Amino acid sequence: MSDKRLDDDVIFKLENVTKVFEGDNKVVALDNVSLQINRGDIYGIIGMSGAGKSTLVRTLNRLEDVSEGAVLFEGRDLKSLNKSELRNVRQGIGMIFQGFNLLNQRTVDKNIKTALKIADVPKSEHDKIVDKMLKIVGLEDKKYAYPAQLSGGQKQRVAIARALSTNPKVILCDEATSALDPNITAEILDLLKRINSEFKVTIIIITHEMSVVEAICDKVAVLNGGRIVENGPVKELFVNPKSEITRRLVYPESVALNSFDSEGRKCLRLVFDGTEASHPIIAELAAKKGVTVSILNANTKSIGGVGFGQMVVALPNDVNEAKVAVEYFKEAGVFAEEIEELDDSKDAISA
Amino acid sequence: MAGIDWNFIWEGFLQTMEMVVVSTIFAYIVGLPLGVILSVSKKGGLAPNRVLYNILAFVVNVSRSIPFLIFLVVLIPLTRLIVGTSIGTEATIVPLTFGAIPIVARMVEASLEEVGNGIVEAALALGAKKREVVVNFILPEAFPSLLQGAAINFVTILGYSAMAGFIGGGGLGAIAYQHGFIRYKTDILMVTVIILVVIVWAGQELGLKLASRARHS
Repeated sequence: MSDKRLDDDVIFKLENVTKVFEGDNKVVALDNVSLQINRGDIYGIIGMSGAGKSTLVRTLNRLEDVSEGAVLFEGRDLKSLNKSELRNVRQGIGMIFQGFNLLNQRTVDKNIKTALKIADVPKSEHDKIVDKMLKIVGLEDKKYAYPAQLSGGQKQRVAIARALSTNPKVILCDEATSALDPNITAEILDLLKRINSEFKVTIIIITHEMSVVEAICDKVAVLNGGRIVENGPVKELFVNPKSEITRRLVYPESVALNSFDSEGRKCLRLVFDGTEASHPIIAELAAKKGVTVSILNANTKSIGGVGFGQMVVALPNDVNEAKVAVEYFKEAGVFAEEIEELDDSKDAISA
Repeated sequence: MAGIDWNFIWEGFLQTMEMVVVSTIFAYIVGLPLGVILSVSKKGGLAPNRVLYNILAFVVNVSRSIPFLIFLVVLIPLTRLIVGTSIGTEATIVPLTFGAIPIVARMVEASLEEVGNGIVEAALALGAKKREVVVNFILPEAFPSLLQGAAINFVTILGYSAMAGFIGGGGLGAIAYQHGFIRYKTDILMVTVIILVVIVWAGQELGLKLASRARHS
């Protein structure tokens, strides 16, 4: 991108954010979370349910106050804002929800106009903006429809039109596609991607589905038990998931690793990051070194057009042969980690 | 049936409608904002205020549990103060209104409760003020349910208005009691009761029809 400076511009910065819900059962929803989201990013925040994702996204527009730490939006601590400043900031942060949260007793037209009214947009511009928004989301013919007459995907498009109508800098998506089926999800994600690239709107996506992150996010943070266990570019997460929780999110199929091999052989998890996938590594190992490994599980995905994958192989019982195999993978540039005693929670060793 | 003075009945009908419609309107002028305040100030509401909520809830609960007949008698001095007399149609509007306010308030509160928290969250995320959340989001969403509640309240107030006949209020209730019941004129009793049933039925139907026409979900 030409404007590298703008690219580096930080839009959200979370500094040691902790959120505690007081009550009979005190819950620490966010535990010392620090995070930086850059302008123009499509940033994913993924975690299992109860990880604190929804609380986290609600601290970004101060629907939820933080207990400790600070949330900075364009360098301003949200806590320091008075009511009217906060409302202004919120008008620059659109939000869409899993349940759409549209006014069901109002038409699509009125739903969007209500947002414009709240943002004090002059009435004379309302119709023009509504038409423009409906064109962007592809619902020109539904202007006077009520939400009940729309499908789930269409409702979410209306919600996106409403969020976008006040010209926000960011759109927060709270499980926005979780209630939709896969092909509708893909359409909504495409739309968000287009909005990101055409209007330079930063998009923050809260989800429990890795497929959503794969489909559109540049960067991702993995949240577990209110803590960020890892964050960085999406590709890195696939190539080198550092935590058990990430591995489970990335490769949910391989959760039950210890069911693969009952003979107690050592296993290796191999990760392909797109450069070697075309290379018949397992066959070459057998042909060149005379060592055979058994494939216990294989799984590939295409992320941003690049093939990623992981494979779990059982090493030969012979210690020397096993060593040869490990050395071979290392030479071939494949990331490999040993899964000792078939327990994948042990720390990774880089082959 | 020959002995029925239909002009007399018609007058009673008009008096009943006047009492019920005017009381319902007055009760909503006070009860609607009161219901909104109850809903907004309660725990988990838009602007929780425990002290305010507890005071209002207490007043509403107490006044709602007082039997309407007692209300009628207790409010006589207040009625005299406002209307100048405690007898007749206009005078009955005072206790009817006061009796209906807490009922309306609770009904409004219940209707607003039906609006999901998600709508409120969406409104706040759009940068709406609390007043705007209520006016532009919660009330429009609750509108069909509010209409339905109004139909039910109308019928309740109609029932109360019939009771007002006991203490010198006008209307069909008074005719039914004083002419039909006390003087053993069964035909008058029957006719007034039938008219009351028809009003209840019509009010209910109209309310429900309006509500379902207003409902888009």
